[in-house]
Amino acid sequence: MKKYIKDLIVKEVEFPHELYVLLKLTDKEPLPDTRPGQFVEVKVEGSPKTFLRRPISINYVDREKNELWLLIKKVGEGTHRLAELKVNDRLNVVFPLGNGFSPVQKKGEKVLLVGGGVGMAPLLDYGKYLKDNGAEPVFLLGARSKSDLLEQDLFAAIAPVHVTTEDGSEGERGFVTQHSLLNKESFDRISVCGPKPMMVSVARYAKKANTPCEVSLENMMACGLGACLCCVEKTVKGNVCVCKEGPVFDMNDLTWEI
Amino acid sequence: MKNPVMTASGTFGYGVEFADFVNLEDIGGIIVKGTTLHAREGNDYPRMVETASGMLNCVGLQNKGVDYFCQHIYPEIKDIKTNMIVNVSGSSLEDYAECAARVNELENIPAIELNISCPNVKQGGMAFGVTTEGASAVVKAVREVYKKTLIVKLSPNVTSIADIALAVQDAGADAVSLINTLMGMVIDIEKRKPVLSIATGGMSGPAVKPVAVRCVWQVAKAVNIPVVGLGGIMNAQDAIEFFLAGASAIEIGTANFIDPAVTVKVAEGIGEWLDQHGCASVGEIVGQLNA
Repeated sequence: MKKYIKDLIVKEVEFPHELYVLLKLTDKEPLPDTRPGQFVEVKVEGSPKTFLRRPISINYVDREKNELWLLIKKVGEGTHRLAELKVNDRLNVVFPLGNGFSPVQKKGEKVLLVGGGVGMAPLLDYGKYLKDNGAEPVFLLGARSKSDLLEQDLFAAIAPVHVTTEDGSEGERGFVTQHSLLNKESFDRISVCGPKPMMVSVARYAKKANTPCEVSLENMMACGLGACLCCVEKTVKGNVCVCKEGPVFDMNDLTWEI
Repeated sequence: MKNPVMTASGTFGYGVEFADFVNLEDIGGIIVKGTTLHAREGNDYPRMVETASGMLNCVGLQNKGVDYFCQHIYPEIKDIKTNMIVNVSGSSLEDYAECAARVNELENIPAIELNISCPNVKQGGMAFGVTTEGASAVVKAVREVYKKTLIVKLSPNVTSIADIALAVQDAGADAVSLINTLMGMVIDIEKRKPVLSIATGGMSGPAVKPVAVRCVWQVAKAVNIPVVGLGGIMNAQDAIEFFLAGASAIEIGTANFIDPAVTVKVAEGIGEWLDQHGCASVGEIVGQLNA
């Protein structure tokens, strides 16, 4: 898949939460093809304490409006600076990077998409893709509290949404792996993106349920192109680059203790 | 060379990773990822930490070994029409020599860059590069078996880099390149632990550029073989500094992570600067500092 470096135009800036910014980017030309689960590396201007680009997962691609969405959690100086972008600003983006989630395997397959925190972001694009291509996605989203659940109307427009919150303010109280859905239904496969402890527990559930499971990692990275070998994850095939061979891995290829 | 811009080993993969962004043949030379006689898994993650104006890495020479390179990677890159140069590393004199001898057989590899300065491997690497005796011994061992252009990459983590450069020149090097990364460390104060898996790492990026320029200046005055300058070059102006300090070519490393097309931009920018200053070639400004 050809990669590009482009100055995209900030078309809209939304603040769905005090810790998040949603950037809707566009270009004068049609945006290049991307796959759900791929990511971009953005250049942050005016951020003296950061040096490298920021890897950000693709939240959604709206082909009709020619928009690429990035849902960004404000963590450090770089992401805070990104939240200061204004409409019509330019953002230098290298993309699309990484492998992305698995394509549809068979018509009607039931795919559980588990997201935690900002890890929900790429599942919106993936869910839409699965739905449009004859699969049956089901979302299971976990957050600390009701206000941390973002884009719920957009998820709900695609497929059924099940929710857990740690404080019980929305959906079932607890963690995603405690949701009653997992005792009631079975799935053809699972894709998960979120904090590592959550992904480990989902991988454990998947192993027990004998369900294929892929996880999306977010190791610290520099180049995003598989050149610097900084973001490696230990796999059954040795150390591999999360930015190139990943970020999505079959859990059986990882060396996690599950 | 079609221009004096090369890529620093470990920052540009095998070149092909960047083919969507630049015409590889517009780059003067591509120095590919460090290659060792035997495959190396490298160090554990985390291998990278960002700093103000730079980064530290402790990749640890992860590569699949020289045989894999010859069989699987060389066929993919051998027809790229520029100087494809292999960075060779090792942990013993024998390993260095054997690895260099294998690369010597590859028709379309006109040169090697001998890495005697990697700070991220426990045995060897930098150990050879920090004493004149060690540097001399490894260059002599490789010179015996390697018949093409031999560039030796020097460490800045020494008391007198000019003395090391002289030792390397006397041992038969055709050129020196400098600097490799500066050894550094970053601590996570909440965990009270180093951020990097092996505690220390090599620092690169614009923060190290003044150190690199100083090293190039000292070495260029001491030796009479060509000097290749690198360390924090982000643009053509940075490159010009290195030429004035005495480098006749440069390498771009960490900047490739910020802008994958930076190499050709720097090459073009150097040409423009030379035109604006009435110079016909880089050669006219190499070492031309006003006293």
